[in-house]
Amino acid sequence: MVSKDQKRWKILAHVVMIVMSALALLPFILLIIASFTDETTALLNGYSYFPEKFSLGAYKYIFQNAATFLRAYGVTILVTVVGTICSVILTALTAYVLSKRNLPGVKIMNLFVLFTMLFNGGLVATYINYVTVFHIKDTFFALLVPNLLMNAFMIMLARNYFEHSIPEEIYESARIDGASEFTIFVKLVLPLSVPILATVGLMSGIAYWNDWQNSLYYVNDKALYSIQAVLNSINESVAALATLGTSSGASAADLPTTTVRMAVAVVGILPILLIYPFFQKYFAKGLMAGSVKG
Amino acid sequence: MGSQVKVKKKRNWKHWIPFYMMFLPGFAYLIINNYMPLYGLQLAFKQFSYKKGINGSPWIGLKNFKFLFASEDAYIMVRNTLCYNILWIFIGVVLGITVAILFNEITGKLAKKFYQTAILLPYLMSMVVVAYLVYAYFAADTGLINNAIIKGLLGKEKGISWYMEGKYWPFILTFVQQWKQIGFGMLLYLSTLLGIDKAYYEAAMLDGATRWQQIRMITLPLLKPTIIMLVILNLGQVFRSDFGLFYQVPMNQGALYSTTQTIDTYVFRALLVNNNFGMSAAASFLQSIVGFIFIVSANAIVRKLDKNSSLF
Repeated sequence: MVSKDQKRWKILAHVVMIVMSALALLPFILLIIASFTDETTALLNGYSYFPEKFSLGAYKYIFQNAATFLRAYGVTILVTVVGTICSVILTALTAYVLSKRNLPGVKIMNLFVLFTMLFNGGLVATYINYVTVFHIKDTFFALLVPNLLMNAFMIMLARNYFEHSIPEEIYESARIDGASEFTIFVKLVLPLSVPILATVGLMSGIAYWNDWQNSLYYVNDKALYSIQAVLNSINESVAALATLGTSSGASAADLPTTTVRMAVAVVGILPILLIYPFFQKYFAKGLMAGSVKG
Repeated sequence: MGSQVKVKKKRNWKHWIPFYMMFLPGFAYLIINNYMPLYGLQLAFKQFSYKKGINGSPWIGLKNFKFLFASEDAYIMVRNTLCYNILWIFIGVVLGITVAILFNEITGKLAKKFYQTAILLPYLMSMVVVAYLVYAYFAADTGLINNAIIKGLLGKEKGISWYMEGKYWPFILTFVQQWKQIGFGMLLYLSTLLGIDKAYYEAAMLDGATRWQQIRMITLPLLKPTIIMLVILNLGQVFRSDFGLFYQVPMNQGALYSTTQTIDTYVFRALLVNNNFGMSAAASFLQSIVGFIFIVSANAIVRKLDKNSSLF
């Protein structure tokens, strides 16, 4: 029993959604096509959805300078993997403790975490702290530690999950069996919390993969450049492309810079584009869970 | 419940020790990342030099603030930060609700999945990548808009130097911001929409209400609390801006500062590019303090309206 009115709304909804989807996707399509465009064509006619001549020149250049890009990939992957694992462990531990409402002092501990959502020292104070006290400039820790390791928002999310989704009886029976609290956490609680751990891990993984700010603030050493840092340095000056590929000995003038910069961007987002459709459900769930906030 | 707690506490305080141990790593991280920097806030009132350190640098009272407010930058960055935030909060609400309601009308599972996947994609891109996408359209010499539209369709001789003229950027930044956020905005309202009892709509349909009437009489009133909460909570953040959006997307172009400089980009540039430490520290300090006051007030209001929606 679908009325005419309902049908009309459905059509309107589809039209709007198709337009929105197109707007969301078209820039990425242009990026990919631009990266496959012939350099002279791109210089002459600009980036286009329908270039006159295609070419693999940009990717050839990247391939010739593979060492630079592989290294950046390596840095990004290492930081993302180590960071995500640490982040999940830290968040789970902290959130689990805060979910124990009987724990003496838990209110103060909650406030301690919550306060970080309301107040932060700002860039200057944070920068000075990390640079003068911890000396993290140009170290691996600069990419790993500042701001990304754990945040109060995810802790609150996980805390609510531990509080509401894990039945109390489990603890009782485990304690009767003489299991230690830490064993209970690792062997019983964590396996029951896979959905929330996956959400925390996914959000954290994306944050690490996408991060360029820590590189901008704390890293000058090119050996520590992640993919995002390489992209950023090309944005700062296209000449950086030449200095990145020191091995090729090409001068800045004969670099296919117009198309290479697009190809580098494609290389940077490719993993996300490939993985994202499969994780889309969890990603959306994580965002939704966060937005409801208990 | 109270007595139960007491009994447990008395029974074995040792029982809780493992929990405090488990809290320790997170505690340590928050101390390092969030609490220790608070000590550096005093730098706003000092003449800092790396050699002397925080403690050794001399106090200079409000001089940093005087210099900051004597410059034109202070007005521009505060104006930009506030105006963009307020504008985007309202555009975000309208667009988010519209898209969420329309998305909810669609019943096909596959279509739903496709639309959501597509619309959410920009949200998980880094701002550096977004800057590349914007550049592909707006670059003066090779950008698609200048070549295909202005020279091609409109037949003009010369394109526009987008990255040289500030007047275009309020529009470009607004579009880019909404383009990136709309998927998240949609999800935000969708979770409330999904919670509305279907019986309301069934009853309305029996009475012969049109879809538009249903949206006006049922959906929007039921969304109202969510909207109010989100607007107030967002207003609490008006002193913070998305550094990536304002730094990366305009490609860090000095010619665009009049419309792209916000507090966050100013603090960064003064600190790490222009070596203007005092003014940077002063601006950063103001952002922290005023931001804190705004967030706490916003939460206090939300708490009065609906306890469950506030942060604390």
